[in-house]
Amino acid sequence: MTALLVALGAAVGAPLRFLVAAWWPHKGATLVVNVVGSAVLGLLVQPSMSTYALVGAGFCGALTTFSAFAVEVVESRSWRYVVASVLLCVGAAALSRFVAG
Amino acid sequence: MPDVDPEAPVAPGPLLPLVLLVAVGGVLGSLARWALTEAFPGLGTTLGINVVGSFALGLLVGLRPHGRLSRPFLGTGVLGGFTTFSALAVQTVDASRGTAVAYLAGTLVLGTAAAALGLRMAR
Repeated sequence: MTALLVALGAAVGAPLRFLVAAWWPHKGATLVVNVVGSAVLGLLVQPSMSTYALVGAGFCGALTTFSAFAVEVVESRSWRYVVASVLLCVGAAALSRFVAG
Repeated sequence: MPDVDPEAPVAPGPLLPLVLLVAVGGVLGSLARWALTEAFPGLGTTLGINVVGSFALGLLVGLRPHGRLSRPFLGTGVLGGFTTFSALAVQTVDASRGTAVAYLAGTLVLGTAAAALGLRMAR
């Protein structure tokens, strides 16, 4: 049952990431989904098991990606991209944690 | 070429089949990530997942597979769903300062090194 919720969330998150990249084919697409996903996951303070499975592990986990980020960093050799990703994603998560208490 | 977009080389053609393919791949990758983190809770599991997934995507991008479906399915779908940035960000915020710095720096260094290794081995 919990696995089904993870699958359901991922079935929305992964194609959403793909569509953002398709509509906005710039390096910034990965950054955008990673910041949004980090912000949403940060809002889940002590979530129920099913909420965490659906929204956290499923949707946010599939919406965001580290592998694309890593390959983009290697291919672009852009330290600004690394710094921007870390600051914005960790910052978004921290802000969400603060807001959600 | 300024844009580097390794997970989404949007091939010409209808978008819907690709969207469905990404969804199926994303479900598989996410279930694998979830199963691993349930079995082995802790920061090290997420770190390992992100490093292994980055290596695999480096290999995939470097190999330049001919089929127009393999990158969307395996790259954007399976590996995009397997690896995660949101857990990295939130775990970093929730960890104590020393652990957070080590975890974040370790993931960044090992993840990009793994991607570079995958790209190099494939090319």
